[in-house]
Amino acid sequence: MAIKFDKKAEGVYTLDCTGYVCPHPQIYTKKMLEKIKAGEMLEVTFDNPSSSESISAMCDSMGHEIIDKKAEGGKYLYKIKKAA
Amino acid sequence: MEDTANKKKIWALIIIGFFALVSAGTYAYNELYIYLSAYLWFGFIYGMCLQYGRFCFASAFRDLFAVGVPRMVVGIMIASLFFAFVSSFVTATGFSTFHPSPSGIHSAIAGLIFGIGMVFAGGCASGSLYKTGEGNGTALLVILSISVTQSSFAAVGGWFNKLVPNSWHESALAKKLPAVINAGDGWLDQYLAGYVWNHPTVTFAKMLGLKNDSIIGAFLGNFFVGVLIPALLMLIIVYFIWVRKSHLRDAAKQGISESHTVGFWRMVLSSKRTSIAGLFLGIACGLQMFVIEGLRIKFGIRNAGEILAKLGSDFGVSVRGTVFDPGYWYVTTQEAQWVGWIVQKLGINNFDNIFFGYINGIPNPAVNPADWMSLALIGGAAVMALVSNEFKFKKPTRELAMWAIIGGFFMGIGSRLGLGCNVGAFFVRVSNGDVGGWLFGLGMIVGAFIGVKFFNWWTERKMAKELAGLEL
Repeated sequence: MAIKFDKKAEGVYTLDCTGYVCPHPQIYTKKMLEKIKAGEMLEVTFDNPSSSESISAMCDSMGHEIIDKKAEGGKYLYKIKKAA
Repeated sequence: MEDTANKKKIWALIIIGFFALVSAGTYAYNELYIYLSAYLWFGFIYGMCLQYGRFCFASAFRDLFAVGVPRMVVGIMIASLFFAFVSSFVTATGFSTFHPSPSGIHSAIAGLIFGIGMVFAGGCASGSLYKTGEGNGTALLVILSISVTQSSFAAVGGWFNKLVPNSWHESALAKKLPAVINAGDGWLDQYLAGYVWNHPTVTFAKMLGLKNDSIIGAFLGNFFVGVLIPALLMLIIVYFIWVRKSHLRDAAKQGISESHTVGFWRMVLSSKRTSIAGLFLGIACGLQMFVIEGLRIKFGIRNAGEILAKLGSDFGVSVRGTVFDPGYWYVTTQEAQWVGWIVQKLGINNFDNIFFGYINGIPNPAVNPADWMSLALIGGAAVMALVSNEFKFKKPTRELAMWAIIGGFFMGIGSRLGLGCNVGAFFVRVSNGDVGGWLFGLGMIVGAFIGVKFFNWWTERKMAKELAGLEL
């Protein structure tokens, strides 16, 4: 199992950190957000509960908008829009 | 899906029932077991608080340096403030179980090694325990690595004796410890008896010329000067470096006040879960000291070794008749003990070193009070994770297993050099006015910074490969 990056559609990217513990999900999310363009979307999947707090706080402090948050059975899907 | 959630809640009840049964059953057998049960239930509370607040000391400075998130620094400072306040009360009333440890540059070096390890491992010593309760296999590997490293490090001698300065060797022998301990053999033995024990114990109260157990010494020296002022200073620094800019941006967008006082409080309250967990954790830590000391008075003992002797389970008691019985939250020593106990049972003598043979003993884990606390901590975290439907078994990947073992190794070494981990050497010591706690903490911050720098390089390298074919 490795971290997976993909392009889902024009301006929409996916990052799958399932199985990874801290600090991998938050660091990869930050780096991925640095690489995509302003206004583009990043969909992050992870299953490490403490990363949910860190990713939320990181987006808040950097001005990125979390459009949708799903959490079910210990798995999380966050849709993040990069700040302009 | 609802079915699965309900099943998890049933499992949570089974865990609570199991611990309740252990407490009631052992108490019915012999009332002395209530001493072990006190450790158990405080461990359970710690587990619940840690999981609820995603309370991991590793993430405090790692997330600050790596992703600019201050929530855990805030949580730890809140927990320390409440723990320190309750501790001051407990100390002033003569119920404290805390004894300061020798302070010196070794505390900072140990913290640095520990700090690097906790970033590599993805969790500190206490964080790995609660994450094990969430079903995280990597965290369990971290615990195994810390345990084995510590136990081996406590006994390491032979070629490593050559690395011991002669002054340590002479000083260790001059302590005239019992002959069975052989203080002149073993790296850690000579480090402890020949170097660490020569350092003074320093508290903020003592530095101000006050007595630790006086009201003014406990509240003014150890709480106000030792915790409140440094904690506030640290939070103010964090606010101005990492949060101020985003507060001003939010103020312009949302029409709230630009005042830095408002911004500071927004930072403190930004993660309610972490702050609430910090509050409860701090109060519970202080109360544990009060309860354990009360039980010691009730049973007329000074150490759990006497209880084990009365229960007829005195295998593994140290030459002084003691076992590890801190009287407060602690993590790493009991992790070393269970490995030490297994090694002893396999026929390798562990009683000739200071760590096991002279200070902590290696009692059967089934009657080791501190082991009851750690197991219950895992249980408490599991209950919280099951109830909130966050429990999930996760096998470690090969890459994570490697980081877990390396990180656990560094944390194990750092723990023994610093006489504790992020809890025993930092959180408990800081909250009780011990200057060495802050030295360990400063070392941890530098270690976390180095660890983050390395991780940044590592992830960049991996991403460059993975993203090579992706159009961004």
